[in-house]
Parts: sequence; structure tokens; C-alpha cells
Amino acid sequence: MSYQQARWVEPLIFELSKPGRVGWTLPEKPRERINVPKELLREKLELPELSEPEVVRHYTRLSQMNYGVDSGFYPLGSCTMKYNPKVCEELAALEAANYIHPHQAEETVQGALELMYMLERCLTEIAGVARVSLQTSAGAHGEFVAMLITRAYHKSKRDDKRNQVIVPDSAHGTNPASAAMAGYDVVTVPSNARGRVDLDALKATVSERTAALMLTNPNTLGLFEDQIIEIAKVVHDAGGLLFYDGANLNGILGRTRPGDMGFDIVHFNLHKTFATPHGGGGPGAGPIGVQKELEKFLPVPLVEYDKKKGRYYFDYDRPHSIGKIKGFYGNFGVLVKAYVYLLLMGGEGLSEVTEAAVLNANYIMRKLLGVDGYELKFNPSDPCKHEVVFSAEPLKRMTGIGAHFVAKRLLDFGMHAPTYYFPPIVPEALMIEPTESESKEELDRFVEALRTIAEEAKSDPDKVCSAPTATAIGRLDEVKASRQPILSWRAYRKSAKG
Amino acid sequence: MKKLGLIVNPIAGMGGRVGLKGTDGADTVAKALELGAEPVSPARAVETLQGLKRVGVEFELITYPAEMGATEASEAGLKARVIGHITSGKTTAGDTKRAAGEMLGQGVDLILIAGGDGTMSDVIEAIGTQVPILGIPTGVKMHSATFANTPQTAGEVATRFLSEGLPLREAEVMDINEEAYRENRLVAKLKGYAQVPYEPVMMQATKEGSTGYELADQKAIARWVIELMERERVYALGPGTTTRAVAEELGIYDSTLLGVDLIENYKLLARDTNEQHIIEAIGKKPTTIIVSPIGKQGFILGRGNQQFSSVIIKRVGKGNVWVLATPHKLRATPTLKVDTDDAELDREFQGYIRVITGYRQTCMVKVV
Repeated sequence: MSYQQARWVEPLIFELSKPGRVGWTLPEKPRERINVPKELLREKLELPELSEPEVVRHYTRLSQMNYGVDSGFYPLGSCTMKYNPKVCEELAALEAANYIHPHQAEETVQGALELMYMLERCLTEIAGVARVSLQTSAGAHGEFVAMLITRAYHKSKRDDKRNQVIVPDSAHGTNPASAAMAGYDVVTVPSNARGRVDLDALKATVSERTAALMLTNPNTLGLFEDQIIEIAKVVHDAGGLLFYDGANLNGILGRTRPGDMGFDIVHFNLHKTFATPHGGGGPGAGPIGVQKELEKFLPVPLVEYDKKKGRYYFDYDRPHSIGKIKGFYGNFGVLVKAYVYLLLMGGEGLSEVTEAAVLNANYIMRKLLGVDGYELKFNPSDPCKHEVVFSAEPLKRMTGIGAHFVAKRLLDFGMHAPTYYFPPIVPEALMIEPTESESKEELDRFVEALRTIAEEAKSDPDKVCSAPTATAIGRLDEVKASRQPILSWRAYRKSAKG
Repeated sequence: MKKLGLIVNPIAGMGGRVGLKGTDGADTVAKALELGAEPVSPARAVETLQGLKRVGVEFELITYPAEMGATEASEAGLKARVIGHITSGKTTAGDTKRAAGEMLGQGVDLILIAGGDGTMSDVIEAIGTQVPILGIPTGVKMHSATFANTPQTAGEVATRFLSEGLPLREAEVMDINEEAYRENRLVAKLKGYAQVPYEPVMMQATKEGSTGYELADQKAIARWVIELMERERVYALGPGTTTRAVAEELGIYDSTLLGVDLIENYKLLARDTNEQHIIEAIGKKPTTIIVSPIGKQGFILGRGNQQFSSVIIKRVGKGNVWVLATPHKLRATPTLKVDTDDAELDREFQGYIRVITGYRQTCMVKVV
């Protein structure tokens, strides 16, 4: 199948503006006068002036030059880019969910509170924890709050020596960042030859200074930390807490639970695992679950149910809480989608999600093992979980073409690239997470594309190095894009002037 | 127009295929030839030069006669200005040094050097860090951080350096004792530092790096080390750029790169000390030794910093040895080694040691 993305020469909407052109006819005078404070009044709005079809066409064209899970395969490792059922979006867009206001009286939002209450119950069951706070608005926010809870816990024991947080060298970069933001020193433990936490190194690391270990399981290599019970014992014996990074929860749903493995604090990425598209910087939700002993430290408010009065309410009366960590009550829309998804799937459905996700990753692993140019750095007879990390090092040795070029060339096949150069412990890493959403045919197509690229690297390296050519735009100046981002019309005009 | 120097060590790499582990010394060259070794360096240099020609960047190529560059340049179809004199077929280390010195005199912007660790050592002996160099990997031993990954990438790095410019960084020039290496003993020596174009993906020593912000990482390490420093305590800084960053962060700009400097109360106490100096200077004062591993080899004590004798290390205590390394250096150095004159002390260091890798960041690394 050949691929060509739409390529419009599309100006910015401001550049399309023609004075006096309108889409909607607005009433001449507002029906009631609103008293806008003087300091908020602007003389000129400088909104673009266009007709409705012009606006629709503009955004349709932009969307055609975009790429998402709805357009094709998106094996971006550790991001769980699964298909998100449209019915979740539809229900989250219902008036009852979408048009409520956080300042409304509790009596008028009982349904919303009930949804949060029930979602919390579901999540405690999935993770094997006592309570969950839905407040945290993203994955890294969840990690950070987990570290604040860790701090509160040790402080409550009058133990102020614990200033170190341990992270494996395969951890997501947000782990050390979250620990550092919470004021901890970060100690990295190496992985062993099996791609798991080196238990001896961990034993040499823990001490009376250990506050917590942050661990992702399955880890970023897609491998299950099979010594987790021993790991938990080592950390607990030293007096530290065990934090579960929920980034890879899709690999164990309904099969095992972080709580059963000995984790004290668990975080979820609802926007990965439970039906909100991940990425794009849009709203996420990174709920935090804790075991009984840590419950009192959870952020306020929690949703409680008053049996006598038969009503739900926000509970702020929690004296040991670390406090408020977000305005209002979390990203409610994301919570709605997650709850709908959980109801749709049910317990068995969630187990099947993991089965299919793991099967798909192992299928890719088996098929790709026979392809010249890619290799596994760890035992290939060791099954992976939801994702697999290949190294393009052999290809780079043979042809000088590494993971970066392979990733760019894949775009020409109408597929999103895997995560590359992560985790850093694998050279020329290609981190592939197919998710449960894909068919066998799609996975075959992907492996075939990687095989073709490896052959092209030998026979026609220029083709690989100049990719992508079938996309709306080719090579971006990535350095310039991150050093001088121009994210608004105002900034664009300023930069053009300056 | 930019000026590019080219030095080919035509005999580099000959010992490799015939199992001689190197080609240093006239006797080895003779032996390699006897074993049927064929030159490898010239052909690889031509590969680099062809890449340069294809891209079509404008530069003046200055090189040495015959097989030391002129032949390779013409084979690649590049015009070159040839300087100096050699006896073709009998080139020596002296020729390499002279060539480097004369190119410095010609004001070249970069010297491409086809060779191995031995060639690199010869070059920096002649010109130090006065001119940036870039290694085309053609030797047997290539432990120095001056080499590009392949001859082709050497061409690409050189092209980028000449056309758009690249930042420079100091890279370690290593050599290992071939005599010992042939007897399966690894005796690595830090010969010094060279200026090389900084290109994190295509250069050998940094190929594992993901962030690659070496200087920023060193600065972060230095900041934390200084926060950890106590008054009335001597800090003995071993060789290397990472430890030097600590001195610089303290405002000490005349610390030595290859020697051991002592610091007390945030001030330079003694510079470029030997074992005896150190023993006298620290007396009974509490002391901390600060070292950085030799890239790839991983030696933290006993190589390149023999000033820290076993007597001094024992006196200071294992717990007072701080090891500093940037994350990307660690990635190229998976395990650490200690090789002092005291086997028992070496054993004491075995196991896991905490390495300072950033500001308030450490990493556990195995000492084998």
C-alpha cells in the first residue's frame, strides 16, 4: 500500500481574513448589558473575519495534514496510543457532563459526584489499593503528588533523614524530575543483563536515607519485573515506600495488581489506559491510589457518600492531607471517558485488553527477530509485555543509518514512528507498542515496512535519509522548533517584525 | 576559505587483522608485513575524502606527501596543497608529529587524522589543543574520544565543521601499552586532551548519549560537589575535565588537567602534586579524593592518577572517595575498575559505588 498525506499550502487563518466577512450574524445589541470591568475591556479584538465554509475548509485541511490514531497505526512506545471508542467522547460531551460548573451546589451535581465515587471504586479494584484521588491532572502531576505523599508519610514518622529517591536507569525521565521537584536527591540503580532492576545494586543502594523507589512494571523495555516481591521487600525493610508508575498499566490489566506486588502508591494515566487520547498536550488525568496507611495524606477533597442523607459530597475534613493540588476537582471530562470505558469493558474486557496488547507486542517481537538490521538487547526467548524495544544498532553498523532515519522513513509508509532513542540504556532504540487495537494485517504491514527500510538502507540509503517525502511536511528543523517556538499569531507577528 | 589538514598514518591498523593488537614500533610493522598485513588506513581515508568531495563544500586541503595524504587525496579526486618531506615506504611517528606541527604553522582550521590511538598521541604531543582534530578510525586500538564512528561519518562531521561550524569540546586521547596488551593486560594511559568538533551522534565517545549536554552536566555535577564540600577538609581533585569543572566552578582556573590539585576551604592549596606532596599536605586533616573514571576503560583509581597511591587511599578511606561522571560518559563505561598497587585495597572497592552524575543525582555503578 502506498501512502501520500494531504499537502495543502494553507495560510494561517489570520492571513485568510477579509474585513467585513462574517460567518454568523450576531444580534446588533446584546440583550442585556454586561458590566465588564474597565481594565478587561479591549478596543480591538483582531479576530480573523471569514465565512463559515472558509473556516470549515481551513480546519479540515489542517486535520488532513495531521496524523493520529484515527488515521493509522501509532506504535509510539510507552504512550499506549490505543483506539478510543467514540461513544466515550459522545457521553463526555453530554450536557449533563459538559455543561456543569464547578461552582454549582453539590445537590445539583450529584450525578457527577456519583460518577467520581464509582470511578474511584473501579480504580481501587484495578490497582489493589485502598483509596484513589482523582484530582491529579496528568501523569507527571501524579508522580509529583506521590512524592509529596511520600514526604508527608516520613514526616509523620518524624523521620527526616530520608532524602533519597531511587529510580532504575530504565525509568521515564519524569520520575527523577518529579522526585527532584519534591526535594529529593535521585539515585539511579542499573538494570541487570536481563533488563530488570539489578537486585544486588538495589540492596547496595537502600539505606536509612531511602525515601522511596519509583518503578514502572512492566518496565520501559516492556519486561515484567519478575523479582518485584523481593524488590518490595528490600525497599520496605529499609523503611522506604514503593511507588508504581502507571505508564505501562496496559500490560497487566486484570492479570495482576500493583497493590498485590507490594506497591504503596500507584498512579494511573487515564489518558493512556482508559480511553482518552494521549498526547497533544490536551487534558489528562493521573489519579493517585494509596494503601490504607497512606490514605490520610491524599489531597483534598475526596468524594464521600453520606448514607443517612443519601447524598454524595466533597470531603475537605482531612487534617493530615497534603492539601489541595489542583483547582476544582480534576479534569472531569477525562474521568467521564474513563468511567464509560470501564463500564463498556467490564473486568473480563480489561483482561482481554491486556491479552491482546501483549499478544500483539510478542507477535511483532517474533516476526522482527528474523529481520536483518534489528536486534533485541535482552534475552529474545523472554516474552515481552505490552511493548518491545528493538535496537537498530546492527543496521547502523552496516549502513550508518540508525533509529532516527528508520523512524522518519516509516512515516512514508503511513505509520507513526515508534518512540526512538528511549530508553537510553538501549542504543539506537526503537520502542514499539502496538496496543490491543491493531489487527494482524496491520502488524504484518508494520514489520514488512521495517524490513523494507532495512533493505533500502543498504540499496538506496539516500531514499531513507531524505525521508519523509510522502507527508505534508518533510524534515523539520527540530532544534529551531524547540529553541524558537512560535505558538501564536501574536508571537508570529512579533518575530516577523523583530 | 577554510583550511583542512590531512594526515594519514599509512601503517595504522596493519597489526589488527594479523592479531598484533596494534602497530606501534618499527619491529611490529616489520612483523605485520611479514605476516602478510596490508595497509588499511589509506583506503579508509579515501572513503572520508570522497564524502567530502560529494558534498562540495569549499575548502583548501593541505596534506603531506605520498601515502601520508597526497596519494589518498588524488585518489578521491581532491586537489591538495602538499607540504613537507617524507621517505615514502618508511614513514615514522616523527613524520606524523612534524606534519601536525607544520599544519599548525599553515593555520589550518581542522586536521583530519587517519590512524589509531598511537597516531592521536603523536599528534597531540606535537600540537596539543592548538588546532581541532578529527580522527578517521583506521587503527587497531581506538580508545580515544577523538574518532568519528566510521570513515563516512568523519567526512560528515568535517563537512559540518567546515560549512556551518560545530562547537568544540575536549576529548580524551588514550593509549594502551601494546606490549602489555599483547600479554592480555590492559594498561590504559591518558595521554592528554585534544580539541574535537562536538557532534553527539556521529562521534564515537558520545554515541550512547541522549542528552549530550556534556558541559552542562559537568557544571551541574560541580555545583553539587561544591554544596557537599565542608570547611577544614582537603579535597584532592584527580585528572580530567569533569573534576576540572569543579575547580572552575570555584573560580580556580589554573587547575591542572592531567595532575592532582588540592583544594581547601574553596581555595587552591597545591597544584599538580605528587604522592609525597599529597601525604605532606593532608597530614592528619580529613580528606576527600575526587576522581572521574577514564572513559570506556572505567578506571577510577590506579590509571592516570597514580599519585593517589594505596597509602593515600587507605588513609583517606573508601567512603571518602567521590566518583564523578556525566551520564553519557557512564553509558560508555558500564563498569568501573580500581587498579592500585595493593590488591587487597582493590578488592575492598569491588561491589557497587555511588557515582555523582548531576545536581543531586547519583547512580550506582559496579566496580569489578
